[in-house]
Amino acid sequence: MTNKFKTGYTIGVIVLAILAAMLLGAVILLAIGADVMKTYLVILTEPLKNKIGVTEVLLRMVPLTIIALGITVAYRSGIINIGAEGQMAIGILATTAIALLFPNLPRAVLIPFAILAGAVGGAAWGFIPGALKAKLQVSELLSTVMLNYIAAQLYTFFLRGPMLDPAEMTMGSGTPQSMRLTRNLDLTRFIKGTRIHSGIFIAIALALIIFLLLWKTSYGYKMRAAGASERAARYGGINVPKYLIIAMMISGAFAGIAGAIEIAGVHRRAIEGVTGGYGFSGIVVALFGGLHPAGILPAAFFFGLLIYGADMTQRLVGVPANMVQVLQGIIILVIVSTKMILANPYLMQRVEARWHAVTKRPGQEVQS
Amino acid sequence: MEQQTKAIDNLRIEHVTKRFPGVLACDDITLEIGKSEVLALVGENGAGKTTLMNVLMGLYHPDEGRILINGEEVRFRSPNDAFAYGIGMVHQQYMLVPNMTVLENIALGCKQSWKPWKLDLSLVRKRIEGVAAQYGLAVDPDAYIWQLSVGEQQRVELVKTLCLGAKFLILDEPTSALTPQETDELIALLKRMAKELSIIFISHKLQEVKDLSDKVAILRHGRVVFQGNTKDHSSSDIAALMTGHEVVLPHNDAPACTMGPMLQIRNLKVRSDRGFLALDDLSLYICKGEIVGLAGVSGNGQRELAEAINGLRKVESGQILFDGEEITNRTPAQVIASGMGYIPEERNTEGIVPSFSMKENFILKDTTSPQYNSHAFLKNKEIERDSEALRQQFDIRSPNIDVAAGSLSGGNIQKVILAREISRNPKFLVAVYPTRGLDMGAAEFIHKQLLQKRNEGVGILLISEELEEITNLSDQVAVIFKGKIQKVLPSSEASRRRLGILMAGVKDDE
Repeated sequence: MTNKFKTGYTIGVIVLAILAAMLLGAVILLAIGADVMKTYLVILTEPLKNKIGVTEVLLRMVPLTIIALGITVAYRSGIINIGAEGQMAIGILATTAIALLFPNLPRAVLIPFAILAGAVGGAAWGFIPGALKAKLQVSELLSTVMLNYIAAQLYTFFLRGPMLDPAEMTMGSGTPQSMRLTRNLDLTRFIKGTRIHSGIFIAIALALIIFLLLWKTSYGYKMRAAGASERAARYGGINVPKYLIIAMMISGAFAGIAGAIEIAGVHRRAIEGVTGGYGFSGIVVALFGGLHPAGILPAAFFFGLLIYGADMTQRLVGVPANMVQVLQGIIILVIVSTKMILANPYLMQRVEARWHAVTKRPGQEVQS
Repeated sequence: MEQQTKAIDNLRIEHVTKRFPGVLACDDITLEIGKSEVLALVGENGAGKTTLMNVLMGLYHPDEGRILINGEEVRFRSPNDAFAYGIGMVHQQYMLVPNMTVLENIALGCKQSWKPWKLDLSLVRKRIEGVAAQYGLAVDPDAYIWQLSVGEQQRVELVKTLCLGAKFLILDEPTSALTPQETDELIALLKRMAKELSIIFISHKLQEVKDLSDKVAILRHGRVVFQGNTKDHSSSDIAALMTGHEVVLPHNDAPACTMGPMLQIRNLKVRSDRGFLALDDLSLYICKGEIVGLAGVSGNGQRELAEAINGLRKVESGQILFDGEEITNRTPAQVIASGMGYIPEERNTEGIVPSFSMKENFILKDTTSPQYNSHAFLKNKEIERDSEALRQQFDIRSPNIDVAAGSLSGGNIQKVILAREISRNPKFLVAVYPTRGLDMGAAEFIHKQLLQKRNEGVGILLISEELEEITNLSDQVAVIFKGKIQKVLPSSEASRRRLGILMAGVKDDE
């Protein structure tokens, strides 16, 4: 009876939160003189109207899911990873290096090898803030953000230097990008006429793996214990620093995998701007998905929709695509406040009392 | 506040019922408190005492029933409403900002001192002086909270509540964190204050109830099972009514061990968090099948000793031998693996992971043992089976094994910890304040379990401030003072008076 109310209450609060977010967004849209209803309609429905639109949303869902999964592992272990952007960049460099060095390996070997390289690159970049935090209590908020800058510079350096496309060199146009990577690295595009690639299955499989890791294995148990109560974990014989570092490396590895798949599936070469804010959007997806794989998949779809829909608003209604970043900011604020509201039992009690007062008169059994 | 709150001549709680999912916390409770009366509210953990007080403070709203002040019905939506009527509560956990002074902390709650652009601290200071003069309740307004002992912090809480104009005090287990000396002081103080105030205090300790209260109400499973004048009833009557059966605290009268040493601590030096030597050349020997009670005022190195034994604090010099094996400066995991059990002081934050379910907490130390782990995967079926068995064996009151451990009451949390530590079949147990703040029933249960383990040959280091607990259970009593063992004496020779002298740091010479 009360449980049913609680579920209803939770859903109610979330619906109100979404409405509040849209309302806040509407104020900003009004301020830039856009047609509010039309903009929302374009963002939320236009991409779903045809095959290309849907697959493009799914395409964006892939890196969002994988990065959000990694962020979940870190978050659940008590460390907030804002460095996915940098870890992704390093992962891409590692993948590209492998593809450039071994272009003749067969597909079945090269693809796993290159993705693994991406994971190792990301993990290495995640190891640094993890170790700094575990051994020297350096705040990961600082170290991960700073490492993003370093990674971005390294990325540009490699694309302009050692990895620069020889064709660019001869033509001298100087676009910082690698050459078209070997076709043995290409992930299959399984729907003709679209860009959607087999990476989406990897993303879904990774979601399952993270669920099993965190909730079904002793490693996950230890990481979650370290995140939930460091003191109790230490008391229970758990080597908290070790699991912090492991969690951060997994988190980085996932960002690296996301980068590797993005290269192998979509761009087929390392170009500037691949990371494109996925590292930050991944944090929002992880939080929006309740830090659980089952929530992250739909959340990633939703954000894929937002990102792709925003591209369309630019074309169809003339609202800049940056608007999505504003919406993301609003959504973060709304998530945080929603969490606080849901954590307040007194408020729920008061609502429940009101609800019962209202519903008791006509037929008590209906809601109870 | 300075408001002329009317005096509360009579406060009546009528037929208050409060339900939580799956629990009837308060069941048709009716109580009445008159002017200058002290009502003791006693009952086991989870009997509904704190819930009832939260209803009275406006933190919860009763499902049924009402509250009357001077015959008029009142409705409190929040603690502020209760304050407006002059009702103030001192919670079990103190709500003070450690890096602010006493004066600043009190000004925080005192809205008259919030002048535009500045805080009128002189007004607050005047009020503190007024309270001090009226009740003989002295605090140093310029001391920082972190400098104060637990007892002094509690006095600050009291002053704070009184400065806000409380005429009616609710105290939730005021003595649970105090030393015996501080407890005596507090009781004397409350007696003086009772001349001008009405007080409800929640307690487990029958001695205080007898000393302080005029009336006593006993709650069991959310119902008032007894109400009466304190002076008409003996402590054992009240104890019997509380638990529903006559309480005889278990007593250790088995012969002392002859099975050889289990834990030998030699010349241990350990630093505290603030860097001074918390243990200074401490040596202690504990046999197999022996309980050694460590008596002492808290803060004399007890916490550091427990942590050093369990690998949670670095040992500077000295040696810890456990069953012949050196465990000095081993990691916590290694110490656990060698057969050490530990009931920590902070049961809510260290003994359990509060957000984890009960069953997850049962396996905190065993996630990698083959019993619950196969190829890194946790064996859920085995975990659930054993958890359910432990829940029943240790009489842990919760709807199921999936509830968050942090949502259980203090006594049940302690049973979860005890169940985990005992079921792991340790060779040695370090138990720190194992029954602090627990009701008689839970304390009795825990004492019995400890004695049973002792009789099975487990060595136990029992760290406690309750001298009765120590003398009842221990074979030997060691007194710790400033990081040194003052003296070790057989429990038969450990009189309350003698222990008190030793705990105060006086060397007794025989």
